[in-house]
Amino acid sequence: MMPDLGKYADAVLSSYAVSILMIVVVVLLSVRRSNRVKRELQELESKVKSNG
Amino acid sequence: MNLNAFWEYANPKKFIQTADRLLPWFAGLAAVTLVGGLIWGFFFTPADYRQGSTVKIIYLHVPSALMAINAWLMMLVTSLIWIVRRHHVSALAARAAAPVGMVMTLIALVTGAIWGQPMWGTWWAWDPRLTSFLILFLFYLGYIALWEAIENDDTAADLTSILCLVGSVFALLSRYAVNFWNQGLHQGASLSLDKEENVADVFWYPLLVCIAGFVFLFIALVLMRTRTEIRARRMRALLTRERMEA
Amino acid sequence: MRAGGGFGLGLSFFLIVVVLVPFGVGPQSALLTVIAPGILWLGALLACLLSLDRILALDWEDGSLDLLATSPLPMEGIVSVKALAHWVTTGLPLVAAAPVLGLLLNLSEPGYKWLIISLFLGTPALSVIGTFGAALTVGLKRGGLLLSLLVLPLYVPTLIFGAEVARRGAEGLDATTPLLMLAGITCGTIALLPFASAAVLRVNLR
Repeated sequence: MMPDLGKYADAVLSSYAVSILMIVVVVLLSVRRSNRVKRELQELESKVKSNG
Repeated sequence: MNLNAFWEYANPKKFIQTADRLLPWFAGLAAVTLVGGLIWGFFFTPADYRQGSTVKIIYLHVPSALMAINAWLMMLVTSLIWIVRRHHVSALAARAAAPVGMVMTLIALVTGAIWGQPMWGTWWAWDPRLTSFLILFLFYLGYIALWEAIENDDTAADLTSILCLVGSVFALLSRYAVNFWNQGLHQGASLSLDKEENVADVFWYPLLVCIAGFVFLFIALVLMRTRTEIRARRMRALLTRERMEA
Repeated sequence: MRAGGGFGLGLSFFLIVVVLVPFGVGPQSALLTVIAPGILWLGALLACLLSLDRILALDWEDGSLDLLATSPLPMEGIVSVKALAHWVTTGLPLVAAAPVLGLLLNLSEPGYKWLIISLFLGTPALSVIGTFGAALTVGLKRGGLLLSLLVLPLYVPTLIFGAEVARRGAEGLDATTPLLMLAGITCGTIALLPFASAAVLRVNLR
């Protein structure tokens, strides 16, 4: 199934690996921050609501 | 206590509602086209007679390079909208897009360098295109750093949007300067990274799918991140208000 | 318009950088001759960079910038004068010092004239661009590094063409094209960038 990458196997595989890794990292970080901020805002808003 | 009074414009709220609705679609499209396109390109295309299997790097290098430029263009447009119309969502969208654009630039740089290594024999060559992307990377860094350095939201939005404008002019200028700077060295060296080169159909279609994948990925990430920035801004506003009332 | 210690500091830095180069790359005269134009340009550029925050920081701190803002002078004029002051106190001395330092790097004989011309034409751009960067970071406590990060990429076109003029001149080649480009960039930045710098200062002075 794996194509014959010949002598360039290292180059091709490492570019795919690095790129996919960077995409995954930026997606994960964005999702994590989104969830965290959403949660913190909800907590803050309910606190303000109960105080006001 | 009417919390809605905290929202300066209906705009941010509408954006979040819209983003919530659209995000799953764009995320799904991104996943399908990106994974599908990369699988197609990696497993089901032949090697190039000149470059061997390294041609497969095109499916990462070209889309990321395109998005690196387009992300900056989007930031330029949204910065202009902020300067003219003062829509906060616009300024925050630019802020949200910058790290994504920076990552795209990084991917373009790394894949470009790796692709060039077997061809040119060095891990980095000061090829005009790669060099221009390196400079673009520095512009992204500076832009993001400026956002981080300034406390006041409106001041930060103003300063970074002006920087984006000025930076765009200089980025263009640098492109020409770099081409001039390196014209003598790699005369005729075939930079097969050149996307204007005639790309055969068998490579072209999977490439299109990958480009679409990167576009959808960018849109999904910017939607999500802008939503986060809006919420973060509202949090800061709430905290400031609390502090003042205390 | 105060120059403070910027004058001597810039020159000293220029000297130190040039002196350090042979220690870094080895003392072979032939090699030094080749890299001399570029190194001298780089040294001058970095020396300019060093003194940038002084353009506005002192006046910002003691409030004279606020005063200037309320004066009938347009902000664009104020930033232009600031840039001019920086050039006269920092840029010009570097231009004068460059040929002397060229001796240390074994700059070739025809190179001196072109080094001076390119630096004379290019350093005003460095001052104007630097003023823009200084305006962006004027309110920040430790803005120095950020200032460098913002300004250095903007310096690239000027550096490329300026060093190219110096290099071609040193090799006896025709330097007209890069010279025209360099002059164009300098004129363009002098004419247009003050508007951006003024806008930035107005934001920071709010």
